[in-house]
Amino acid sequence: MTAVEDPIKTTAIGTSMKRREDPKLLAGESKYVDDIQVVGQLWMGMVRSPMAHARITSIDTSAAEVAEGVHSVLTGPQLQDMGLWIAPLPCAWPVTEDMVNPPHYPAAIDEVHHVGEIVAVVLADSRYGAVDAAEQVVVDYEPLDAVASVAAAQDGSVTAHSEHETNKAYHWPLVPDPDALEAAFANAVHTVKAEFVQQRLIPAAMEPRGVLAVPSPMGGDVTLYSATQVPHILKVMIAATTGIPESKIRVIAPAVGGGFGAKLNINPDEILAVTLANRLGRAVRWTESRSEAAFSTHQGRGQLQTIELAADADGKLQGVRVHVDADLGAYMMLLTPGVPLLGSFLYTGVYAVPAFGFTCDGYFTNLTPTDAYRGAGRPEASYAIERAMDILAAQVGIGPDEIRRRNYLAGGEYFENLEVPSTLVFDSGNYGPNLDRALELADYDGLRAEQARRRAAGESKQLGIGMVTYVEICGLAPSRALGGLSYGAGGWEHATVRLLPTGKAEVVSGSTPHGQGHETTWSQIVSDKLGIPPEDITVLHSDTAISPLGLDTYGSRSLAVGGVAIAAACDKVVEKAKQIAAHQMEASADDLEFAHGMFSVSGSPDQAMPIQAIAFGAFTAHDLPDGMEPNLQEQVTFDPTNFVFPFGTHVCTVEIDEDTGAVELLSYVAVDDCGNQVNPMIVEGQLHGGIVQGIAQALFEEACYDEDGNLTNPSLMDYLVPSAADVPSMVTDYTVTPSTSNPLGVKGAGEAGTISSAAAVMNAVVDALSPYGVVDMDMPATPQRVWRTINEAKGGQA
Amino acid sequence: MIPAAFDYQVADSADAAIAALAEHGDDAKLLAGGHSLIPLMRFRLATPGVVVDIGRISDLSYINDGGDHVAIGAMTTHRALETSELLAVEAPLLRHVAGQVGDPQVRHRGTLGGSLAHGDPASDLPAALLAHGGSVVARSPGGEREIAATDFFTGFLETALGADEIITEIRIPKAAGVGWSYQKFNRRAQDWAIVGAAVMLGDDPKVALVNMGSAPMRHGGVEAGLAGGGGTDAAAVAGDDTDPPEDLNADVEYRKHLARVLVGRGIAEASG
Repeated sequence: MTAVEDPIKTTAIGTSMKRREDPKLLAGESKYVDDIQVVGQLWMGMVRSPMAHARITSIDTSAAEVAEGVHSVLTGPQLQDMGLWIAPLPCAWPVTEDMVNPPHYPAAIDEVHHVGEIVAVVLADSRYGAVDAAEQVVVDYEPLDAVASVAAAQDGSVTAHSEHETNKAYHWPLVPDPDALEAAFANAVHTVKAEFVQQRLIPAAMEPRGVLAVPSPMGGDVTLYSATQVPHILKVMIAATTGIPESKIRVIAPAVGGGFGAKLNINPDEILAVTLANRLGRAVRWTESRSEAAFSTHQGRGQLQTIELAADADGKLQGVRVHVDADLGAYMMLLTPGVPLLGSFLYTGVYAVPAFGFTCDGYFTNLTPTDAYRGAGRPEASYAIERAMDILAAQVGIGPDEIRRRNYLAGGEYFENLEVPSTLVFDSGNYGPNLDRALELADYDGLRAEQARRRAAGESKQLGIGMVTYVEICGLAPSRALGGLSYGAGGWEHATVRLLPTGKAEVVSGSTPHGQGHETTWSQIVSDKLGIPPEDITVLHSDTAISPLGLDTYGSRSLAVGGVAIAAACDKVVEKAKQIAAHQMEASADDLEFAHGMFSVSGSPDQAMPIQAIAFGAFTAHDLPDGMEPNLQEQVTFDPTNFVFPFGTHVCTVEIDEDTGAVELLSYVAVDDCGNQVNPMIVEGQLHGGIVQGIAQALFEEACYDEDGNLTNPSLMDYLVPSAADVPSMVTDYTVTPSTSNPLGVKGAGEAGTISSAAAVMNAVVDALSPYGVVDMDMPATPQRVWRTINEAKGGQA
Repeated sequence: MIPAAFDYQVADSADAAIAALAEHGDDAKLLAGGHSLIPLMRFRLATPGVVVDIGRISDLSYINDGGDHVAIGAMTTHRALETSELLAVEAPLLRHVAGQVGDPQVRHRGTLGGSLAHGDPASDLPAALLAHGGSVVARSPGGEREIAATDFFTGFLETALGADEIITEIRIPKAAGVGWSYQKFNRRAQDWAIVGAAVMLGDDPKVALVNMGSAPMRHGGVEAGLAGGGGTDAAAVAGDDTDPPEDLNADVEYRKHLARVLVGRGIAEASG
């Protein structure tokens, strides 16, 4: 072992330790909600609206009630009359004081507002029986005209909610200096105006959502097992929605198979399961089918963006002006209104922009509500600025690399704590060397030469090269900053670290994994901090009875907030242990050194005590300093003072078959900078998955609706989630620019890939077609769309 | 995604399966590999009252030399086809096409007979059967008959099979040395073809198209062009006399365009 001069760079932290979670996952031994069986459980079968907008005129439950194995059938009004809830499903982000927020109950009362909305619930003793009986519930609807797009919402001749005069829910401006913005455009040499469509996406986590609510045999308490990212938030919101005291609710997120934001919500099924279990005294459960997941769990994106750039003769940006029309769907769910605004701060990207303005109008439609989906507002922002920069480069007559270099913050050199016009302070950045490395790895000059050769030869397979330098905001979040955004919660995270009498450690994490590998990463941090082997560290999480304080996992926050809390709790443990060691070794604490789990007296290497011995001493409490409490257990609630701002450059190469329009990804190079890394293998895994999710938006995925508001591709046969076979092997590398926002110098990596890759791919697609004068194309770049674009550009029959 | 209630029976021989079909008629469905039937049942697009599992009939899984043809048991999996040494020599098109179906899990479960009996115009294997000029042996209580591929596919998910008939064998004329190609166009590796084209050259050239009509189809116009020595130019009419579906992946015009491109590429590859 090396000397511990800089603990961040030694032993466990920084090594690609294999994930301790994986053996159980790979062997199928992990327990998901659907794996947990309880005697006497009742299954819910949801009767869902087949119409996007309709008035319910009658519900006949008689046939279902007498079906085999059916316990009861409850309609929306009946559920309401039972007094199961005291408030509608919560929206925690009222972005403006006058935001419209129609009541959203777990089941519709008289009017349905999207396909898939629950109108009645069957309780039966088997899942199949519940689904069969739900089919026998006869609901009469009086159809109402549906608002099936943002354009229809803006038109406003039909409203998504009959009682509304307009579909607009809010208007949100962020224009720090309107006069400066006006002047920037008035004085510009080059201006770009581009409109982009962020199509709706279905999150499609591998594990569907599911719930199991189990009442306590003692009465009065209920335990909810839910496939959720947010057990702590869910517990608070269940209490607020149902009136059941928090002390009577325990939420457990067992193994959770991916979330991507779709498990960051308070869903009708969760409220129904808890309240019905509580009322009936029987366990109540439900697991969504894949098709149910498509139209009843929230979707992502759904934005129309207009971005304008003003630049001088050299292509240096003078101003950026953005307007977003957001498709909120039928209801405000937990974070629905705020998601488009989370991107507002990133529309100037990595660039020095003197003047900036952003406005957003949110609209109701009769479609499934939108909410957070990997990146949540930031992929959209990154896409708009990075696509627009390519358009500006072409207009100025310089390459996409050069337009970026000319505009990077701090001239592309190292900076820290730099205020940008959207009012944020970027923690640290160093964009130029990051771009250099990406271009080198991609063999950018070689790619351009090959592209030129193919163009000159008129080959039918043309190359396109796309690049992106992204920055994102994560590590959500400083509580005060969230307060400034009218967000209904803080952004701190809690950790408890205890050294047990046997010398092993327990870590209680407030942030809750759903696939990220918290147990591994946290054990690496604790191992380094306390100097004990990782295998002696147990990480406890995802159960509000074990971990009462926490704000869970989203917004790439776990390491930058929760990990920092754990490190700080370890520091407090070491500090107390040092006092005990000094006492027992009869030395001054100031003379003690701590390295690799051993306290030793400076200059007297014979005098030393391992921290495990001190843990036992703290437990027996036979010989502690006067007044000191027994045991070695410390807790920290860390509230960051700033966000973190990871960045990176991605270079993507596509080959377009002009005869068929097929886009093949030939290579993908990603050079990311998420500050210090605890486990580089986990970082790489996050980037791979994130990049593929952005590729998916660029080339494959779109939730398609017809004009009546029906989702036309609710199965994975038609909703094209790509697999490993559809993407190239990625080349990943890193630069390391530690964050100034936290003592570990870490940033986040969970969403970065998605925030960058869609724009990188589309920049490459458009680059390939640029000889035909193509300057933009909507996502997804399907073969048919590409073929037709080529045809139209050639002036041929389309 | 949850099927309606059904009864389940196991048939341990072809005759037992036929007896079950005779007893239950249209209410019964045969379950072979299940990769077509079970998705339909999960979407409740198919709600058979009785599912007759023929997956345990062991004597219908073989690939034999039948003299002038290769005889393939109906329960032979795609995986067995794609790894067959006999097919590598005598029916390389079929062998290759079997390897293009779905993903490895699908190919280990799915069967040739099951795919053909389903008659999906978007499936790969019916096109291979058509391009090979093969035939299907069907058995019923009345005995066995051999149905030419061109007579077998009669409409959307409809075949010439009677309600009490099961496929027992598929016969593929030996085609050693004949130029062939299969061109499959899709957006994801494991998907059905948006359009596919199977080409067999030789004395009697055959071209079959995937997903260009309500049923798996041969293209007489292209074949006539090939027979007349048209070479790749014969592909120009590949979109004619087709009635392709429209979906999120492709409209009619684009599918017809793809048919021309893929048939042209197929002829070029088969000629090479």
